[in-house]
Parts: sequence; structure tokens; C-alpha cells
Amino acid sequence: MAQTTLPGLHIIDGIAAPTPGALLRQRILRHWGLLSGGLILAAIVAMAIFAPLLAPHDPYDQDLARKLIPPVWHLSAKASWTYPLGTDHLGRDYLSRLLYGSRISLLIGFSAMLISGVIGTTLGVLAGYFGGRVDTAVNFIVTTRLAMPVVLVALAVVSLVGSSLTVVIWVLGLLLWDRFAVVMRSATQQVRSREFIVAAQAVGCSTPRILLAEVAPNVLNHLIVIATLEMAQAILLEAALSFLGLGVQPPTPSWGLMVSEAKGLMFFDPWLIAIPGIALFLLVLSINMLGDGLRDVTAPENRG
Amino acid sequence: MGERILSVEDLRVDLPVPAGTLHAVQGVSFHVDRGETVCIVGESGCGKTLTALAVMDLLPQRAQRSARRLDLGSRSLLGIGERAMSDIRGSDIAMIFQEPMTSLNPAYTIGNQLEEALLRHSRVSRRKARDRAVYLLERVRVTAAAERLKQYPHHLSGGLRQRVMIAMSLMCSPKLILADEPTTALDVTIQAQILHLLAELQREFAMGLVLITHDLGVVARIATRVVVMYAGQVVESGTAADVFAAPAHPYTQGLLACIPVPGRTQRGARLGTIPGMVPTLIGEATGCHFASRCAYATDACRRNGIPLDAIAADDRQVRCIRHAEIAAGAPAHAPEAVS
Amino acid sequence: MVAFTAKRLGVALLVALTVSLITFSMIFVSGDPAVAIAGEGARAEDVDAIRKFYGFDRPIPVQYADWLTGALKGDLGRSYTLRQPVADVIASRLPVTLALGASAILFALVLAIPLGVVAAVRPNSFIDRFALLVAVVGQAMPSFWFALTLILWLGVYWRLLPITGSDHWQNFVMPAIALGYYVTPAVMRLTRAGVLEVLSSDYIRTARAKGLRPAKVLFKHALRNAIIPVVSLAAVQFGFMLGGSIVIETIFQINGLGYLAWESIQRKDLPVMQAIVLVLSVIYVLLTLAADLLNAALDPRLRTS
Repeated sequence: MAQTTLPGLHIIDGIAAPTPGALLRQRILRHWGLLSGGLILAAIVAMAIFAPLLAPHDPYDQDLARKLIPPVWHLSAKASWTYPLGTDHLGRDYLSRLLYGSRISLLIGFSAMLISGVIGTTLGVLAGYFGGRVDTAVNFIVTTRLAMPVVLVALAVVSLVGSSLTVVIWVLGLLLWDRFAVVMRSATQQVRSREFIVAAQAVGCSTPRILLAEVAPNVLNHLIVIATLEMAQAILLEAALSFLGLGVQPPTPSWGLMVSEAKGLMFFDPWLIAIPGIALFLLVLSINMLGDGLRDVTAPENRG
Repeated sequence: MGERILSVEDLRVDLPVPAGTLHAVQGVSFHVDRGETVCIVGESGCGKTLTALAVMDLLPQRAQRSARRLDLGSRSLLGIGERAMSDIRGSDIAMIFQEPMTSLNPAYTIGNQLEEALLRHSRVSRRKARDRAVYLLERVRVTAAAERLKQYPHHLSGGLRQRVMIAMSLMCSPKLILADEPTTALDVTIQAQILHLLAELQREFAMGLVLITHDLGVVARIATRVVVMYAGQVVESGTAADVFAAPAHPYTQGLLACIPVPGRTQRGARLGTIPGMVPTLIGEATGCHFASRCAYATDACRRNGIPLDAIAADDRQVRCIRHAEIAAGAPAHAPEAVS
Repeated sequence: MVAFTAKRLGVALLVALTVSLITFSMIFVSGDPAVAIAGEGARAEDVDAIRKFYGFDRPIPVQYADWLTGALKGDLGRSYTLRQPVADVIASRLPVTLALGASAILFALVLAIPLGVVAAVRPNSFIDRFALLVAVVGQAMPSFWFALTLILWLGVYWRLLPITGSDHWQNFVMPAIALGYYVTPAVMRLTRAGVLEVLSSDYIRTARAKGLRPAKVLFKHALRNAIIPVVSLAAVQFGFMLGGSIVIETIFQINGLGYLAWESIQRKDLPVMQAIVLVLSVIYVLLTLAADLLNAALDPRLRTS
């Protein structure tokens, strides 16, 4: 059997076929949703990382003398390029607050996703792999969690314990793991019934080894997809909590908080809620597009 | 035999695929008379199912159909529009499919689905429709017919469901039934029963029956005439007796050689095979489609398109320029697929 | 069928019980609830007095048993701040939230299901892409921002609808849209996927072969099967919506359970908070049960299990 490899191609018996890696790359490059979502997300992440360099002013710097300046595109005398997106009711530069706000959203979203990911994946993989009573127990836990109104519980806990960045992250992380559990459970179940698992067991591999070496690589793509989608969920929930005043506390620039602070003024200065709102929308949109794109690319047969 | 129920001339079905155009059915012609059972035989992918779907105009959306002639009796079915065609489906021509397990809607009772077939095409009362359903279920030998009407499809076995499908196809007393591999998904013993039933019903209702199959045993049992298809074309047709006794096309000969015959085939003897694979139907091909696997192929075979020739009687046809030589005993060589 | 229902009911009860336990222990999450109520800088005697008054000095299992038996009898304690039995307060506010939730899910279904069906019948067409757009936008939009934007446009600029209050049906239009829009994408996608899958099934081919007209094939045969998972999803989403109504109710100042929850969280009115979480959880459990039963009613194959 003649086999040579050109970059990205196997050639066996004179027939060239793309390698799995090359195939994946092709699919990724052709999926405009994945590409645009990924690009926008990368831009926002860059914004967050380089905020200190990009922000023209200090986001905490207040000066009531320059409050409520409209953004540059307004036809008012007050608008100027010094404050491209205007200022808020305390005279703080909106662009700077926007840039620093991205840090909060991304940080909280990512951390909460990590925590809920660990909890949910552990539960889901255990339930899917062992089945039986473990499965019943996990199902019961998931159903109980689903029965609880998340927003209310999060609010209640934060109100009782006190709202800080850490608390918000942990509350979200401890509440949002249900989709991880459900998806990873079914993914593990599918892998479990494949022959190489039985083969590994027959050879005498220990369970932890099987889980790490055989199950994990095959459920990884599901995990990545659900992780991106859950991060978007966490970001939206944090924004809602901050909007209600029980998330990040002022003067920290959280986008949800910025909308809340501006809601009394929105009739006269609508950009104050439009700007952070659109920013949130774009962030969540890009993450969702990335997640959907990853799902399409790793399992195109599931596409509708 | 009887009047001509179906005339198909030069039927073509093309499917756009990423690599080009798939010519799934290439100029297929055949006819069915009242009282005849015409078997369309061929391997998977030869285009026989699409031929039947083309007659019913049930092709997938992207498919393109054309024909010089497609007549039901004296009426042309070409270009008549979906509305008129849906009036014909179920009432003049009925179709039975291959997978009885999934061919019935799980959400409705058997009775509902049977009656619906009749109520769509005629103004009879619900009660009359129900009576006809019971009558036909009994006719197809389903026991406890009246109770069955209230049952759901998942209560019935595969064989029973196929009988229900047959009964459903008869609700409007169609002139023609197209049966696409109706027994392939069933147990061998049930197969025999279903075939027997179909033959019986055809005689009783004086219908035309087109039976699509890949199983020559089925053909031998019930065919009046045979149409052999290969790679989208008809390669041989004639009465069952003629084709089985003296197959003219090398492909048909190869098919028949594959079957062990009790009494004739020696113990331990090699069963025949046809080496090679079906050629791709995408894009334009030149020459005989079977040439790469044929033991008699010459350069002439590979060069030009091969027409369907008549041998002897008008109904006996073969698509092979060497059929006379082969019949006279021309020598075989190893097909190019092997050498 | 009876055994099926009984088993599901048993599980539902167990879930409700567990939720009640978690709900109850919520108030101890912060440490000493007496301190939380008394507030910062309260004197020790005041904190002790509060503790005795509310019975926090009793052992926790006793407190829980007390609370649970009361809850089963319909007595959910007394509100700290409203001078009323909690049960009464909730009873007066629950119907409003249910009405809001019902209008929201109705809006979502009326928008999502037809869109999903048409998108499936004409895949990759303009309307399919439009449906996808609706889904993608709906999933990414923060509900509070959407609500505020609706208020700006429909309430202020165009003056079509009232902005706050809950007296007239017009008050519910914007909140229903804002609340329902979040559910629309999931329902639309499921409908589309379901109809697409069903349309390629064999029994649809049989229906066409019988000569049934396209409308009949779609509505009688295809939808009947495709709608089954959507019903379950809708019931579950209704449950989520009830919990998520807090944001919408506070923005539009609708006097429902969500707004009550908001107020009681601000005032640290623990009995009310606990009771609301419990009530919503029980409703969710009942909804999933109803969804299961509805499934069995719609799909004959499930009835024998």
C-alpha cells in the first residue's frame, strides 16, 4: 500500500484525500458565521486586554462640569472628539468605561463558565459513563436545579452575602452548570457505547484512565461548543444582575450597570443605554456565532 | 394482453450534485398493459426507484424530469401540474414502498390513514370508506380487520404493516400499482406470502403491476415481462420466459449466472460474479456503460452510445451491439476491470 | 398509563421537597439571618431579640420541619415587612405573573412556530434566513436592554403603549414581547428542525403518494408529529420565564411575583423570598409533569410505556 503525505493530504493507492486536520481547517474557513463571530470576539478580547492603552481617559474620573456630553455624531455644540462616545451623568468618559467594561463581562463570563463547566462536566460524564444509579442521581440533581428560578436565587444569595466580583462569579458558576451536565451526559453516553471503550476495559485499563484517555478526547468538541454558549449565558446573567443593582457595584464599569445607571436619563440621552446595550449584544452575538460555528464544523451532520 | 395502461418513452431524470449533474435515469422506455406484471430489475443505484418516482412525479425538489412520452392510458402526465397530478396519485396510480415500518404515520390509526386514501378522491361517506377499509384488510388477509382499524401502526408487525400498505393502495381501485421492493425489508417466509398476495390481487382487480426489485427470484415468481436496468439505462427487456431462457445482454447473463439452481449447479462449483463496479453516472459517458465489466467488450462498444435494438418480436429488446454474435457463441475474454 | 403518571408524580414531589430544603437553607447562607435582618451596626440585644422573635434560636431541622408543615397547610409564614401572611401576598400577585407569562409564551409561539414551519418548508430561502436572524438576535439580546428599547420606541417616541402599571391589557403588550422574545429562538429552531426532519420521513412520502394535497400533508401529517417536542419545550420555557420575569416586571412596574421578589430582596424579607422560590419551583415541576402527560397524549407510541 503506497502511502505518501503531501501537506494536508493522504495519498493511498493513488487516491488523495484530505487529512482530518485539513478537512477541519477547510470547514472552518468556509463557515462565515464562525469566522465573523471569532473575529468580533477577538476584537473585544483585544479591547479588554489593551484597555489601558486604548482608553483616552480614566473610567473612574468624575467631573460634574462635563456631565452628559453627547457622542461625536450628535449635532450638538458640546460633542467633541475628546469624548468620542460622550460622558455619563457623572462626567465619566463613556468610551473608557466601555473599554474597561469589556473586562468585567469577559472576566465574569469566562470564570463563571469555568466553574460551571467543571461542575456540570463532572456530573454529566459520570452520569453518562456509569449509568444506572449514578445517572438517576445526577438526573435528579439536574431536575432540582432546573426547578429553581436562577435569577431569583442568584439575587437572593447576592443580597444576603454581599455583592462583589468574587461572589457574582461563584453564584453564577454554582447555578449555571445544568446544560453542561445534560450535554456532556449524552455525549458521554454516545462515546460509551463505542467499541474502543469496551476494548480498553477488556485490556484492563482503570476507569480514570479510560475517562481521561478515551472518553475525554471524543467529547471535547461538545464541551467546547457548550462552553462558548454558556459563557454567553453567564455574561447576560451578570449584566442582568448588575442592571438590578445586585451584581457588580458602582463605580466599577459593568455594561449592565451602565445601562441601569442611565435608565432614568434614557428619554433625553438614549445613547447612554444604547452604547453598552449594543456592546453586550455584539459580545454575546459573536460568542453565539462562534459556538454555533464550532458545532457546525465539528459535526456537520447535525446541521438542520 | 389488455389495454395499455402506462407508456413511458425516453424518461430522463437528472440530479444536480456538487460534482456536476447525475444522470440517474437515461432514456428509459417501457410499457405496462392491464393484467401484466412488469418487473424492473437491477442492482442498487441503477435508477429503478427514481423511474417509479418519476412516473408519480414524486421526485426530490432538485431533480429534473423529462420524457418524450409519459401516458396513463391515453392521457399524458407530462406538464399537467401538481394539482392534477395529486388527483391521479392514489386513485389512478398507487405506489407501495420498501419500508413498511416507517411508511405509516405513528400519530394516526390505521383506519384513519386507510379511509383518508379513499376520502381524498371520492365523495363517499365516512362509513362507506370504513367499510371498504375493512373489506380490503380482509382481502389482504389481515385478521380481526374491524378492530385493526382502531389500532396504531406501532401495534403491528412489519408484515402486517405491508399488508396494510397494500390495502391502502387498493382503496381507490387504481389501474396501476408501482411496488418498489415491497418485500425486501421482510422475512423470507413473509416475502413469499406478500408476493403471492400481490399476484392474486392483480388478477382479481385486473390492474397493471410494476414490481421493482433486485431479486431475480422474485422476478421468476411473478413477472409477465422483465425490464433489466443497469447504470440508468434499460439494457434488456422482454417476456420473463424469453429473458430467463435466453438472456441476450451480458449483464443479464451475468446476473443469472450468480444464482445457484437446485439440480443444475454442482456442489462446490464457483458461483458466478460480475467483476468491477458500476460506473459513475455524473457527467457525460461514452459507449456502453457495462463495457468495463463485460467479457465481450470491444473498442466499438466503448466508443459510441449503444441504442436499444429490437430482437425478433417488437417487445424483445437489448442494448448490445454484439448480442447476435454472443448468442451465436462468440468467445469471452477477461473484462478490463480485472485485467 | 396510571403507573407512568404515579411514578412521575413521585419524582416531582421529591424534587419539590429537595427544592424546599435548598430554599430554606438559603437564608442561612449569609450566616446569621438575625444579623442580616437587623442590619449593620445593630446592637447585640436587638439582634438577640430578633433572633428570638423569628425563632432562629431553635435547631435548624426544627425550623425546617416547622416551615415545611406550615407550607403544606398553605401557611408560608408572615412577611417581615408587609404585615400580612405570605400566602396572601403571593396569592394576590401570582395571577399577574401567570398572565404575563402566558401572554409572553403566546407571543413566542405565535411568532416562532409559523416562522419555523415556513423556514422548514422553504429551506435556504429568504424567510429561512430571516428566521435564523430572528433566532440569532433573540438569543444575543439582553432582555432588560430590549425592554428599555421597546419602551423608548413604542412607549415614548411613537406613544403606542403605556409604559408602567398593570391595570389594562395594553400594559402587558410590551412586557410580553420583551419576555417572550427570549424564548422565541429555541422554539423556532426546534420547530424548524422538527418539521424538516419529519418532512423527509417515509410516512410523508406515503401521504403524498396517496394524492393528499400539500396543505393536508403539512398540517395533518407533518405538524402533528413535529409539534410534539415543541410542546415539551414550551412548557419548560414557560417555567423559566416565570422565574425570569423579575427583570421585566421591575422595568415595567408590573405588580407580579417577580416585582414582589425584587421588593422582598431589597427589604431582606426572607419568608417572602423563600416562599416565592418554593412556589415557582412547584409550578415548574407541575409544568414538566403536564408536558410529559401532553407528550403521551400526542404520541400514541408513548402511551404503552
